[in-house]
Amino acid sequence: MAAADVTPLPNGLEGDRTRWKYLDKVLDRPGPFTDPDSFVPGNHETLERAKVLVIGAGGLGCEILKNLALSGFKDIHVIDMDTIDVSNLNRQFLFRAADVGKYKAEVAAAFVEKRVKGVKITPYCGKIQDKDEEYYKQFAIIVCGLDSIEARRWINSMLVGMVDGNDPDSLKPLIDGGTEGFKGQARVIFPTMTSCIECQLDMHAPRAAVPLCTLATIPRQPQHCIEWAHIIAWEEERKDITLDTDDPEHITWLFQKALKRAEEFNIPGVTYSMTQGVVKNIIPAIASTNAIVAASCCNEAFKLLTNANPFLGFPGTDNYMMYTGDESVYTYTFEHQKKDDCPVCGEEALARPLEIDPEATLQDFIDSLAERPEAQLKTPSIRTTDKSLYLQSPADLERLTRPNLEKRMKDLTAEGEEMLVTDKAFPTMFKYVVVWKK
Amino acid sequence: MADLPPPVQGPTAKEKKYDRQLRLWGATGQMALENSHILLINSGPGVVGLETLKNLVLPGIGHFTIQDSQVVDETDLGVNFFLEEQHLGGFRAEHACNLLKELNPDVQGSFITEPLESWLTQPDSLKPYTLILAIAPVRPELLTQLQAHADQALAPLFYVHSVGFYSHFSVYLPPAFPIVDTHPSPETTTDLRLLKPWPELLEYAQQKTKNHENMAADDHGHIPYIAVLLHYLEEWKKEHNGEAPQNYKDKTAFRDLVKQATRTDNPEGGEENFEEAVSAVLRSLNPPEPSSTVKEIFKAPECVLIRENSAPFWVIAHAIGLFYTKYGVLPVPGAVPDMKARSADYIQLQNVYKSKARKDFAEVLESVRFLERNANRSTQIEDKDVEAFCKNAAHIKLVRGRPFHVVPAEGDLKWGSNAKSLVFLAWDKFTATHSLDGLAGAPRPPGSSEAELEADTEKVTGIALKLASDLTKQASYPVDQDDLDTVNSQIMELAQEIVRAGGGELHSIGALTGGIVSQEVIKVITEQYVPVDNTCVFDGVRSKSSVFRV
Ligand SMILES: [Zn+2]
Repeated sequence: MAAADVTPLPNGLEGDRTRWKYLDKVLDRPGPFTDPDSFVPGNHETLERAKVLVIGAGGLGCEILKNLALSGFKDIHVIDMDTIDVSNLNRQFLFRAADVGKYKAEVAAAFVEKRVKGVKITPYCGKIQDKDEEYYKQFAIIVCGLDSIEARRWINSMLVGMVDGNDPDSLKPLIDGGTEGFKGQARVIFPTMTSCIECQLDMHAPRAAVPLCTLATIPRQPQHCIEWAHIIAWEEERKDITLDTDDPEHITWLFQKALKRAEEFNIPGVTYSMTQGVVKNIIPAIASTNAIVAASCCNEAFKLLTNANPFLGFPGTDNYMMYTGDESVYTYTFEHQKKDDCPVCGEEALARPLEIDPEATLQDFIDSLAERPEAQLKTPSIRTTDKSLYLQSPADLERLTRPNLEKRMKDLTAEGEEMLVTDKAFPTMFKYVVVWKK
Repeated sequence: MADLPPPVQGPTAKEKKYDRQLRLWGATGQMALENSHILLINSGPGVVGLETLKNLVLPGIGHFTIQDSQVVDETDLGVNFFLEEQHLGGFRAEHACNLLKELNPDVQGSFITEPLESWLTQPDSLKPYTLILAIAPVRPELLTQLQAHADQALAPLFYVHSVGFYSHFSVYLPPAFPIVDTHPSPETTTDLRLLKPWPELLEYAQQKTKNHENMAADDHGHIPYIAVLLHYLEEWKKEHNGEAPQNYKDKTAFRDLVKQATRTDNPEGGEENFEEAVSAVLRSLNPPEPSSTVKEIFKAPECVLIRENSAPFWVIAHAIGLFYTKYGVLPVPGAVPDMKARSADYIQLQNVYKSKARKDFAEVLESVRFLERNANRSTQIEDKDVEAFCKNAAHIKLVRGRPFHVVPAEGDLKWGSNAKSLVFLAWDKFTATHSLDGLAGAPRPPGSSEAELEADTEKVTGIALKLASDLTKQASYPVDQDDLDTVNSQIMELAQEIVRAGGGELHSIGALTGGIVSQEVIKVITEQYVPVDNTCVFDGVRSKSSVFRV
């Protein structure tokens, strides 16, 4: 069986490429779609030298690490702050029951290093926000497999902010994947050059929140009873205990509260599993979809670095692939257009018109910012050109501006006035021009 | 805690581990997976097959078996995640099986290292398997044998290629593969029957809108929008000879009527329930007519004639067909979307729909029992299966499985069936007719050596172009020359790209395709969602998939 072209050396030593025979076919030979100006046949070094950052070591992250290691990448870094939970084991294939409780990044890195010889994987068990520009600058490419939109927006604005027109090395391509059930998407972003995560925010509109008065007075759905237990009952009865959604006793308490309320209103359908789903905002996830989306991200990363074939994200071409497996198999691959008024990558001077109900209170307006598909801000601070309407911090200023929350918008600002919204979750400022809603 | 109900049993260990998937396919889907035994016939670099299995072992299929007679060599280690250095020289099937088993202690794994040719000659060798995954290259005569088995045992068969930046798979499903639980998107499932209300629903609407002109603002703002629409529909009918809005123009006029009825003199300056009513007009005022897909199922021969051994699907479908013939509508599914309303009014409305759904279900169930007696069936279909069918009757699907083409390709490939699939057929034909070391050696995929790269590209292109031209000749209608030129130049590019890979797999494309194929396997085994019918190609150059029927 060992009738290979080259005599195999032990342990895939440097210089021996037998192990990479298949990969080398597409690295050594041009194809009909390769760009002859950018493709250099036989160039393995670019891949081996490139430092890649993987954000997330969960369902997507495990797949991404495996795929990159087996695509010829040698220097991979991975960030994840989470520890392994038993509900991860149905898809996060680098973890075993004995690993529950350990850091994902560490276990995943060690596993792939052991399995694929010659690859170096450096884990960091912490938050992406712990790291600064200097850190992100060292990478050639960043691949994201996250389940949190906040973290995506943070890294996106970090990478956009890093771009320095005089330094081509400051532009870091961002490849991002996401899944939900049988659906998912993979996208490639060239910060400041092509549509960014913030430009695409309305592709992931938040679920409309149920108004508090529905929860408090007229629940109709089992979910309303659960949210009531979560937001209102806990606050009233267990204020001193911090709710831990991973603590089964806490979930059981919420479940029983919700069940009792549901019985009062004759609402059927409250279950433990639903309680957990609503409280933790659980998104269904399976190995198959993670495999598809992660591999698509890595295929793009590989093409981008080697030019072995055209990649998604080149300015003026497709940059977004949507995948749906619920009904047959369907992909929609298209170019998402950059938005001129994007608060992160758009022209700085532009302020977006924002329709505001003049009769609404500032509190109503703040609540609405969380739900606006293009904003989705949960802890906004709001200023007009000459005064602060509401500041989340420091505490003194928060106290000082708090009375404004009760006031109506028409008494706080005026049509045509510029409004600046910041949120401590993101290093960006949102600029709006007030337009009264009729 | 004294006023709380007694403590409940939390989720079981299994429910915890499988929580994220049980939210998709539920306990019945999980049970189907756990009762399955999947056979992987592995060949080539072997990535796509093992990656597919990985995605099936993790969610907990019952049992898998890998047939693979190849021995682990150095190239496996650069592309395959489920093999290690210490396995060099050992059987690929054995070591991959062991590493895959580590992923989930609840799954059993076995392996067979005997070559496919001789293993298949044993009687009943394929009998234990629920579903078969065959990875290219498989010799045409063996593939034909696998198809014959799939045909006779009604066991789904997948045939998968992963070559360089492209992949391709075909699935041979049983000739009748019906699905009840298709998981339609929530936007398409609301079925309120506003144009065919039953007396209790009308009564409810009258009760909730009685004297609405004089209602207090808070009461008026809480009339459920379904009652609002039904009320104004009755008003509209009075002005329009008893007819509901018929077309787009009528509907927009009706929408304006509802809009004008919104009160704006309240502190909010509008009413949420009326907004809901207005936005529901175009969506909800459609006659509840079943889709042509569903009506075709009623006409299927298996549905028309119920026998002693008919599958439960057909018995229930026949009963629902009878219901449709009698009333012109399907049973009411019974779900009501959330809407602005007071708790008690909403629950009451839910009950109006639920009672009707229960009544319709009872009638269907009665027909089912009658059919069962008539056909002398020995076991009763469970009530809950009939109920689930009634709930999703508007969204049932029937896939007519059929064998895919095996080279040498002959017969009636449909024109335009896709240049991509022709190139894979050409690749198969080349591989079947070339071997690594002369007679009866291992199959040699095109492009495997530098010296023959150009010659191989020419050969594969030639085979694919010939297949295309044969098809053109068979086409029952004239084929446009420009179309032909486009397809031919597409074929030439694809052939070149596919030969470039030299029969090698790229790990990412193997993993991606393993993801797609495993989704399809899960759909087929759980009989939920809608599977591919019957061929899918993934193009990793452009990141696009296409699905077509061959
Ligand atoms: Zn942007």
